[in-house]
Amino acid sequence: MIEGFAAALPANAWNWVAVWRRNYLAWKKVSLVTILGNLADPMIYLFGLGTGLGIMVGRVDGASYIAFLAAGMVAVSAMTASTMETLYAAFARMHSQRTWEAMLYTHVTLGDIVLGELAWAATKAFLAGTAITIVTATLGYAAWPSVLYALPIIALTGCVFASLAMVVTALSPSYDYFVFYQTLVLTPMMFLSGAVFPSDQLPGAFQQIARCMPLSHAIDLIRPVMLDRPIGGIALHVGVLGLYALLPFFLSMALLRRRLMR
Amino acid sequence: MSQDQKHQVLKRKLGPEDLRRFETPAIERESHGQTSAKSSVPDSASTVAVDFAGVTKSYGNKVVVDELSFSVASGECFGLLGPNGAGKSTIARMLLGMTCPDAGAITVLGVPVPARARLARRGIGVVPQFDNLDQELTVRENLLVFGRYFGMSTRQSEAVIPSLLEFARLERKADARVSELSGGMKRCLTMARALINDPQLIVMDEPTTGLDPHARHLIWERLRALLARGKTIILTTHFMEEAERLCDRLCVLEKGRNIAEGGPQALIDEHIGCQVMEIYGGDPHELLSLVKPHSQRIEVSGETLYCYAPDPDQVRTQLQGRAGLRLLLRPANLEDVFLRLTGREMEE
Repeated sequence: MIEGFAAALPANAWNWVAVWRRNYLAWKKVSLVTILGNLADPMIYLFGLGTGLGIMVGRVDGASYIAFLAAGMVAVSAMTASTMETLYAAFARMHSQRTWEAMLYTHVTLGDIVLGELAWAATKAFLAGTAITIVTATLGYAAWPSVLYALPIIALTGCVFASLAMVVTALSPSYDYFVFYQTLVLTPMMFLSGAVFPSDQLPGAFQQIARCMPLSHAIDLIRPVMLDRPIGGIALHVGVLGLYALLPFFLSMALLRRRLMR
Repeated sequence: MSQDQKHQVLKRKLGPEDLRRFETPAIERESHGQTSAKSSVPDSASTVAVDFAGVTKSYGNKVVVDELSFSVASGECFGLLGPNGAGKSTIARMLLGMTCPDAGAITVLGVPVPARARLARRGIGVVPQFDNLDQELTVRENLLVFGRYFGMSTRQSEAVIPSLLEFARLERKADARVSELSGGMKRCLTMARALINDPQLIVMDEPTTGLDPHARHLIWERLRALLARGKTIILTTHFMEEAERLCDRLCVLEKGRNIAEGGPQALIDEHIGCQVMEIYGGDPHELLSLVKPHSQRIEVSGETLYCYAPDPDQVRTQLQGRAGLRLLLRPANLEDVFLRLTGREMEE
């Protein structure tokens, strides 16, 4: 059993690149459409809520509401982009398109496939998050050049949510189950993690829950660098995000091995 | 079939060639004790390409592969013949290390599987039952991307792609999307894809299922071309004709058990050994009693009577003068063997 799991691990440090490059090649053909699609949603939220609610809310934590919201939207867009890629696109490649099956005939192991898919989803998250970061910085809602520190955090956030979504992908019998994860996990997380309003406004119990959620750690890192403020507890935030990226990765691999290699 | 009978079936087919085959694995095992073999290409000089020894696999209570043993020599086309659900695809998956057997030992191209499956796969090409080509990519990109999965650089892949396209007769479709290809073209591309790593062994799982007759003949012809190049082929099929036409040897499977093994003609001679008269157009049960004394064996399937008769003229004489009867005398084929061995029709 342990030997079998070892065979499903990534074969080496670079094999996953072939999987990543396959996805990149397929994406290149439709890149313009998907970039616009990925950008439109968070932009609409940012300007819709930011300007509309901003009038009523005024300033939050010493920043304009739209500048406060921008950091939340960057993190949320990274979360959404990598989740969607791993839930729908990777599930299609595993299930209906049988792309993974063909990969398993080769030198690529299941671990390489999972790693390649996660890296790809994180790449898309990075693109989506960076695009919004650039727009907000250009419009003067984010501080320059400290906003550049947000980029690696966006990539890490992408890894975290790709990894978590891979567990859902591994468990789902069909597409229909993804909506539960989105509405019961991701949407509440967005509201609890301080993306649209400060989480210290929440009742104590909810604040405790929020502290366990990866999105709040991502936002706690992204918001200060975008507003050029001192960050507290960097090691803790990065550590929590790292765990949220690594543990689901191994769990999803074990689950996928049971699903695909039984 | 009892265990004893099974042993007899197996014993019967042992010739000098087989004995040589049994000697080789011992030597192989020795050489694989060394980890230095890790980076070497699977042993091509070996005369045994694939060896299954007492392999069992079950899902829950359902035994899918039951103490299966067979051995495939290098350069031969070996068929796994059986109805859907006989365990053919599971055998193919185990051979690739994609499924672990519950018991038994599998050696592929000289390395133990699944323990060293990744090394074995370097020498294997796979043509799966269901197309899993990359629909979003073009024909050429499919080959390029697949080469990368074997660690081939773009340059290395581009060097072999023209010959693969030629093999698949897809030179003109190189930049077409896979979704634009016909079923036969897709299967040809899958075959070309399976050759990108220049494998010694090609595993084909139901290669012609779902194809029209033209495409089927094209695939058969391409398959022969591969055999002419010295490739070893393992072919799973439920088409008796396909097995009879292509396979040097085959193993008949029923519920994951090897119930007979040998060359197609040898199996036919051994299990049937005479021509078959198909009689239809009358009440089969009434006819049964008429022709029974002159037949080795009779089987009724639907309205057709299958009469295995050493002297068909006698049967013909018996039935003379009966209006509306149609008689068809034909050579025995693998389907007859299968019916004989399983005592029932194939479950399609």
